[in-house]
Amino acid sequence: MPTMTMRDALNEVLFNEMRRDPNVIVLGEDISGGAGGSSGTRDAAGGIFGVTKGLIHEFGEDRVIDTPISESSIVGAANGAALAGLRPVAEIMFADFVGVCFDQIYNQAAKFRYMFGGKARTPVVIRMSMGAGMNAGPQHSQTVYPMLTAVPGLKVAVPSTPADAKGLLTTAIRDDDPVVFLEHKALYARKGEVPEGDYAIPFGEAALVREGADATVVAIARMRGFAERALDTLAGDGITCDLIDPRTTSPLDDELIIESVANTGRLVIVDESPPRCSIAADIAGQVAQNGFHHLKAPIVQITAPHAPPPFARELERAYVPSPNRIEAEIRALVAGG
Amino acid sequence: MQISRQQMLRAYRQMAMIRAFEERLHVENRTGEIAGFIHLYAGQEAIAVGVCENLTDRDHIISTHRGHGHAIAKGCDVTAMMLEIYGSRDGMCKGRSGSMHIADLDKGMLGANAIVGGGPPIAVGAAIASKVKKDGSVAVSFSGDGASNQGTVFEAMNMAVVLKVPKVFVFENNGYSEHTGASYGVGTEDPVKRIAGFGLPVWEADGTDFFSVHEAARQAIGHARDGNGPSAIYAEAMRYFGHFEGDPQLYRAKGEVDALRTGNDCLLNFRRRTTDGALLEAAELDGIDRETADTVDEAVSAAKAAPRPSPEAVLEDVYATY
Repeated sequence: MPTMTMRDALNEVLFNEMRRDPNVIVLGEDISGGAGGSSGTRDAAGGIFGVTKGLIHEFGEDRVIDTPISESSIVGAANGAALAGLRPVAEIMFADFVGVCFDQIYNQAAKFRYMFGGKARTPVVIRMSMGAGMNAGPQHSQTVYPMLTAVPGLKVAVPSTPADAKGLLTTAIRDDDPVVFLEHKALYARKGEVPEGDYAIPFGEAALVREGADATVVAIARMRGFAERALDTLAGDGITCDLIDPRTTSPLDDELIIESVANTGRLVIVDESPPRCSIAADIAGQVAQNGFHHLKAPIVQITAPHAPPPFARELERAYVPSPNRIEAEIRALVAGG
Repeated sequence: MQISRQQMLRAYRQMAMIRAFEERLHVENRTGEIAGFIHLYAGQEAIAVGVCENLTDRDHIISTHRGHGHAIAKGCDVTAMMLEIYGSRDGMCKGRSGSMHIADLDKGMLGANAIVGGGPPIAVGAAIASKVKKDGSVAVSFSGDGASNQGTVFEAMNMAVVLKVPKVFVFENNGYSEHTGASYGVGTEDPVKRIAGFGLPVWEADGTDFFSVHEAARQAIGHARDGNGPSAIYAEAMRYFGHFEGDPQLYRAKGEVDALRTGNDCLLNFRRRTTDGALLEAAELDGIDRETADTVDEAVSAAKAAPRPSPEAVLEDVYATY
């Protein structure tokens, strides 16, 4: 299996799907970049993080569409193109910008099929970079998936490895429902093995990353890698855990989580979002409601604080759940009996 | 451009159908049988019909919360619409949309849209699809004076110009943005110049004159269809009813609507022009008036008797797969 970065895995999927289906288009700000610049160089960016690099040369301006900075119209145009038969992949540079296009996501794309009596297909993918880790500050570092997961009609993918990124984006593009695809910006350069050829991961199937006896740890996106580091250390002390990566928060594989809790009796959820109305709270609520009798101890939610992501290195480090904090919380939970 | 006799009769039928539909809803709404909000289009029929008579099923339109007129003009089935407005299981959208979100994708009607300014960006996307598929279709958005002040509409105009897509922006100034005069909320003294400022050629039409709108639309749509990029149409025609049914319209001077109905009504204007010019006969138009009234009457009867949705249906069609 070849090793590649998450960025390259995503880029490969876009090439594959655009070759496979002439109805797939990509659109967004600087998606190739360089249009109207003084150098005359196209593909000057290839998307802010390089995910769409090179597409313009193979597929041309009609299918690789550099847009003005107009997020509402980027998503809106993707929605309309989908209703008219295309499979658009829109890029919103930073997930935080969901604030300026939320109407087109939750009032439009998410509702077309329902409102129109089941006749609409809305195969839109809205890719966004998310998360802290680059000291990008309060308006370029949020995770936003809780509020998107709350929207009926939307699907939400949160890949944590290059392989999952490939498999989930492939599924997202071929899916007939609108999908918000959240790429953690701290993971773009992370390398991993990626299956060759056609590779699609069904939505709503969590990954059981490792198995153990003492607790169930659910970790989302970048938090999966942090949890693995914590579990590596704990393993030295004889503490082992199931580690579950949901991969999609909508649909959510709550069955696997409850099944695991039935074996371990303890649940830890690691979520980079603030705690209120979060995925951590959602999973905790579901396990409390449907798996309470399995629990030997209170559920532990390891989240960012109820604050915007800050800028300074020290503050951002304090904001994001760290491997050390995850390790300490699991250790304390297991020691508690 | 000369319009055939057949085209004129068809256009009158469409306008008369919208008028009959809206006048009847105004009456039926008071019975309490219709749930939710209804926004009526009466008074503006010449705009929807003048534009849509230049379109085919392959072309896309997107409408507003005041969308019945656009839907009928685009060819949506009147009975299925009435059933939808009554919330029947057999309505156009299975009783899930009601008046404000009514859509028929088979007719290229991408929906009424209850978010003011929500439609134009979506229509830009339909126009992108036309360009990618090279199918020769155009996408048309209808926006009122209220929507004309939304940032999304400005964005959509700019993006359509940048991408040079076959998109037509129709701006209908009906005098009021909800309960506030358009003259207050539209900051510019010259809305046409404001649209043109985005780089769009604008065709101005008299919104109470079908022939004026039809000709403007022919040119604006032709411009877009021929690959010259987006265009716009600006037309004024006052609405006859309130923002929503039940609106006491305290913002309106007494007698304003009566004066419009007698002095500058698009159906009467059409009738005068075609009969004075001996293009059509009054009896033909009278016949169409009766037929459309009958159609609406049958639609209302059908809607009142139509089956209601079952509670389990609340979860249908949220997703294609989940």
